[in-house]
Amino acid sequence: MDKRTVDVAVIGGGPAGLAAAAAAKREGAGEVLIIERDERLGGILNQCIHEGFGLEIFKEALTGPEYAQRYINEVRSLGISIMLNSMVIELNSDRELIVSNEDGIHKILTKAVVLAMGCRERTRGAIGIPGSRPAGIFKAGEAQHFINIMDRMVGRKVVILGSGDIGLIMARRLVLEGAEVPAVVEIMPYCGGLLRNRVQCLEDFDIPLLLNHTVVDIKGGERVESVTVARVDENQNPIKRTKKTIECDTLLLSVGLIPENELSRMAGIALDEKTGGAVVDEHLMTSCDGIFACGNVLVVHDIVDFVTKDAEKAGKNAAMYSKKKLIDEPDIPVIPGLGIRFVVPQFISTEEVEIYMRVMEPGSYKKIVFRDGKRIVKTKKLKYVSPPEMIRLRLRKQEIGNAKKLSVAVE
Amino acid sequence: MKYRYDVAVIGAGVIGCAIARDLSRYELSVALFEKESDVCGGASKANSGVVHSGIYSAPGSMKAELCVKGNEMFPSWARELGVEFRRIGKHVVARNKGELKELENLKKVGEDNGVPGLRMVDKKELKILEPNIYGEASLSVPTAGIVSPYHIVIALAENAYANGVNIFLKAAVSDIKQRKTGFKITTPKVSFSAKYIVNCAGLFCGDIARMVGIEKFKVYFSKGEYLILDKAYGHLLNHLVYPVPKIVSGGLGIHLTPTLEGNILLGPSARYMNDREDTSTTQEKWDELLSDARIFLPDLKEEWVIHSYAGVRCKLVSSRAKKPGDFVIEEDKGVPGFINLMGIESPGLSASPAITEKVVGIIKESQALKLKKNFTNVASNQRFSRIDTKGKDRLISEKSKHGHLICRCEHVTEQEIMDILDNPLNVRTLSGIKYRSRAMMGRCQGGFCKARIVRIMEDSFGIDLDDITQRGEKLPLFAGRTKDLRKHG
Repeated sequence: MDKRTVDVAVIGGGPAGLAAAAAAKREGAGEVLIIERDERLGGILNQCIHEGFGLEIFKEALTGPEYAQRYINEVRSLGISIMLNSMVIELNSDRELIVSNEDGIHKILTKAVVLAMGCRERTRGAIGIPGSRPAGIFKAGEAQHFINIMDRMVGRKVVILGSGDIGLIMARRLVLEGAEVPAVVEIMPYCGGLLRNRVQCLEDFDIPLLLNHTVVDIKGGERVESVTVARVDENQNPIKRTKKTIECDTLLLSVGLIPENELSRMAGIALDEKTGGAVVDEHLMTSCDGIFACGNVLVVHDIVDFVTKDAEKAGKNAAMYSKKKLIDEPDIPVIPGLGIRFVVPQFISTEEVEIYMRVMEPGSYKKIVFRDGKRIVKTKKLKYVSPPEMIRLRLRKQEIGNAKKLSVAVE
Repeated sequence: MKYRYDVAVIGAGVIGCAIARDLSRYELSVALFEKESDVCGGASKANSGVVHSGIYSAPGSMKAELCVKGNEMFPSWARELGVEFRRIGKHVVARNKGELKELENLKKVGEDNGVPGLRMVDKKELKILEPNIYGEASLSVPTAGIVSPYHIVIALAENAYANGVNIFLKAAVSDIKQRKTGFKITTPKVSFSAKYIVNCAGLFCGDIARMVGIEKFKVYFSKGEYLILDKAYGHLLNHLVYPVPKIVSGGLGIHLTPTLEGNILLGPSARYMNDREDTSTTQEKWDELLSDARIFLPDLKEEWVIHSYAGVRCKLVSSRAKKPGDFVIEEDKGVPGFINLMGIESPGLSASPAITEKVVGIIKESQALKLKKNFTNVASNQRFSRIDTKGKDRLISEKSKHGHLICRCEHVTEQEIMDILDNPLNVRTLSGIKYRSRAMMGRCQGGFCKARIVRIMEDSFGIDLDDITQRGEKLPLFAGRTKDLRKHG
């Protein structure tokens, strides 16, 4: 087992890891190392061959691989070390990593760590669809990998459960490849993905979206033969008499993403039940000193540009920490209140900070209100709020003042 | 008439594989017939993976005798096969004071059966032993343990193969004719003759028995559904936790089972049904399992579930029976040479070493058995993820592909996948890889590794795209390449 020391280790070479590493290096960190388990950098962007990435940062619509390549080029030109086909199998709170690759097991000592492992897809088991277990059930992202990276079609007639962005993108992709998509089924009363994806992926292709519906049974021996869908009531319980069968040979699941925090757990990092990611402060530092988190392992984002911005912040702060220049300030907790699913970061200082959150349900003409006890700290009027669209607000120094504990609600 | 075997074993579940493997110690020609595309396709795969102590079965029953004996034999058996068996012990937990008396009864039955080490545990001690479990008191059963049921069966089958057993997969026995000495056995492709037949067909034992005219048994089927919890919550449980059994014939009640890999299983439910091949899961039982498990584990959350599955039990008594049925293990009086195993349900896995010994003993009564000189135990390889860091480093230096982790959840290496694809039974399905490696079984359920495994199958083993299947189905997993549908419709 060999041993090496680096200044900043970044776990994951997807959009978050790339941007964090580049930012850390630009901030003057010594050796920065990206550890990526796949054979190439870029992460999930490599299979996202549709365009629409980069509108926020580059003001142009790039494909996933194009977007990734800009950061890969930067990482390469900055002289950042890269380990590919390498998986971190252990992480502890002293920031020691154990990495496995074909050269052996490596122990890596670090001054700072950035967690950028991304997320994984929720499975059939996690949402509990009953029925038989035939071949032909794929997670949407898994199917996207088979189609876009491996050139393998997953089915001929495909029902999609879940109208998150991946589900919508895959509906269009399958139709473009000659498959039939009889329905995208969504349990909520609203589409789970971004508006532009609903229009460009479903409406433009006449793919029906069944809102307030879910899959209640899967039938098939060797291969999926049909799924049974039903309307749900206001408590999301299926209404029996509304059951109907849709013949298909494949079911794609796009039913949510879960931050991949197994390593964080191993290191004893405190997690937020609501985001599934680490609890962080305004520096995006976790409860373990010198370990930072960003991107989808911190909280599932809707747009990659924001993952990048997140990651740049974490990378920069990791570099500062590695140089012992990061000043830890007293923490002010920020608590999600009425109508707010989660808030990140969960702790802030008195300095200006960007806070992001998701609402629980869609609405129009709403106010986002920050309070310190009874004192209203900040109010932001929004014409339209929706759970799929992350809300990002800046709190200024003078607004925070000498707050003890902030709460945020939608009113 | 084609090749003549001394013994034909029908059914490659745990019992069939164990018997075939034990017979391969002797100078005998042995064939093992299985209708599915892999071994361990039925009840042997879909159960709790528990090696029971023998406290449940009526004293004097074959179930009691063989379970206690099987439990005793299990450690050395598992060692020989190179599979893990851990005696973690069990607590049968009384949820209220009313159940205490039943717990005492259970202890008495267990003692009559010869189960060692039984002990009553009070509320205080239970809290120390199982801090997350709610209960009034418990019966501690130290000999109960856990195994990976499919690893046992696969190891048995591979060891049998290594010692000369001919294993025929996708070979459903469709007809048996009695001859003067022995039987003629027909499968879709070929027919064979054999001096002895051992009927280990599990759910299909009745069909096989009928082929030789044994009609006296009525076989029933009872489905059991399970939920699997994420490993992240495995630490909440130290022992097997069982309720005080309610209905003696239905099942042992919904219990909590730690697995060797660190998950917790909830289940099984019990429901009689007609279709023995229906292993679908239902919303109703999903809810029932959660609510029953919450009696013991009040903190249990639905989000902890990563997967559900179901298995079907083979029963010799109906759902209205007052007493559970016993195993039938006998050479049929009317059909000499036909060794009939019927109703092998729980505790079949636990009893399997003892059942094997009994069956070999029956053959010995009419056939002199001579031990082979060259019988070998091929212990299966230890899983990479279970080896310490130094050991991992050494393995990688021997074979570099051990350093390449393919499955992120269960930490399965590319080398392990390649070794598995080289398995002696030539099983090359995704399901076969899953049960041999545990890849695709973790919390992401193949989300990351399935594509990588498909690539190894294609690139390193030249398996054609159209031959990649879940379980050897006629329909491949993929609908060709992209653009194919546009070209051909």
